[in-house]
Amino acid sequence: MMKKVRELGKDKSYPGRLFVVEGIDGSGKSTQIQLLKKWFESQGIPVFFTEWNSSDLIKDYTKKAKKEKLFTPTTFSLLHASDFADRYEKLILPRLRAGYIVLCDRYVYTAYARDMARGCNSEWVRNLYSFAVKPTIVFYFKLPLETCIERILSGRVKLKYHEAGLDMGWSTDPVESFKIFQGIIKNHYDNMIEEEGFTVIDATLPIEAQQKIVRSLVREKLEGYKSPYREEETRYYFKISESFSKEESK
Amino acid sequence: MSNKKSFYGRGLPNINPDELTGKLIIIEGPDCSGRSTHVELLKEWLEFKGYAVLNTGLSRSTLVGDAIKKAKQGNILGKTTLSLLYCTDFADQLENKIIPALRAGFIVLGDRYIFTLMARDIVRGASKEWLKELLEFALVPDIVFYLNVCPETLLHRAFSKYGQLDYWESGMDANFSSDMLESFIKYHNALQQEYEIMAKEYNFKIINGEDSIESVQNQFRRAIAEYLNIY
Repeated sequence: MMKKVRELGKDKSYPGRLFVVEGIDGSGKSTQIQLLKKWFESQGIPVFFTEWNSSDLIKDYTKKAKKEKLFTPTTFSLLHASDFADRYEKLILPRLRAGYIVLCDRYVYTAYARDMARGCNSEWVRNLYSFAVKPTIVFYFKLPLETCIERILSGRVKLKYHEAGLDMGWSTDPVESFKIFQGIIKNHYDNMIEEEGFTVIDATLPIEAQQKIVRSLVREKLEGYKSPYREEETRYYFKISESFSKEESK
Repeated sequence: MSNKKSFYGRGLPNINPDELTGKLIIIEGPDCSGRSTHVELLKEWLEFKGYAVLNTGLSRSTLVGDAIKKAKQGNILGKTTLSLLYCTDFADQLENKIIPALRAGFIVLGDRYIFTLMARDIVRGASKEWLKELLEFALVPDIVFYLNVCPETLLHRAFSKYGQLDYWESGMDANFSSDMLESFIKYHNALQQEYEIMAKEYNFKIINGEDSIESVQNQFRRAIAEYLNIY
């Protein structure tokens, strides 16, 4: 029928590094990536951080559509892909090509898992995101479903409609629906481990123990890496442009 | 031609195309080819004949219609992002306007369809295979008309319609030329070539859009009357 074009980032290489964290809600991945960011910053290596659903152009439309329940599985998938594409084209890819380090809290695999859970075809979703490059490492924070659910339910009062998968009509009870939905998503993640080459982190370990593993794996990938950022020069240019703009405003 | 509806590929989750008893008729063609004029005339004619008609177009969805407008004003969009926003818009209209109308037995007149989305992206360097798979959830229309108008004629119509050339309709973002007039001609030549390739692949009925309005409208009506068995 049609040629398979869905291999992520085929024939695309980049001098920078891309580190991604994935996992279901409550797996502790955001905490881990923030600690990784701190580690880079403490060494004076500039990093760029971006998270799911945060495009300046698109996030408000997503919010509105969620609130007014305008989504179908297909439009939910496509609007999230638009958000990702906007950040990818403007923020992620140019930095990777310029040799910088980029940290992503969730990447295309979040979309694979969630869209498939909503009934989208897995090959269609993979084709949709095939414009994106393959990360240097994808850390998958794995822990038992019950633990994630406990963490979320004890921490937050109210589950959001889409987060709980209430749009799927599995159950009208948010907690029940959330459990079903997260379970399906977790299965999709687990199935991707081998296929997508995830680095699995045991998320039942203490936070600092997980971070130690993460850092040592990242360090291996930094061998031969040289940050393109030259602080002195950049400061100098900023100073000049600042004084120019002061001149102009006079 | 079979009267049963089908999708180009794997289709939409939870939609059974057998339930869609209406007719989907598409008019494709570049800006200024006369599409909207003819859609309006056809709507009046079909309603006069007793058919319920819905017309739809691109970038009119409640979901992202505004986002596209806003993004285009600032020229702040990457190519893939714009492709995906158009695709989101199309999916929203397909699921929330076109399919419900077809289920209710309407004739849906589509002022452009996935072919415009594909042509526009292909001339900007997008992969055709990627687009075909992305848009495979679209319904196969009953008839696709293509209004063929040469780029020189489009240029003169654009001047008389808008008074000046439009940045996007001249394809200025596609890097054909930094000169707007030259860009317009090259862009529309490239689009025309793409439409011609698709005409064979997707079985378009080509109509010469340079003929008079009456003659073009009569060609549409004859083809539709034949398809619907209207006498």
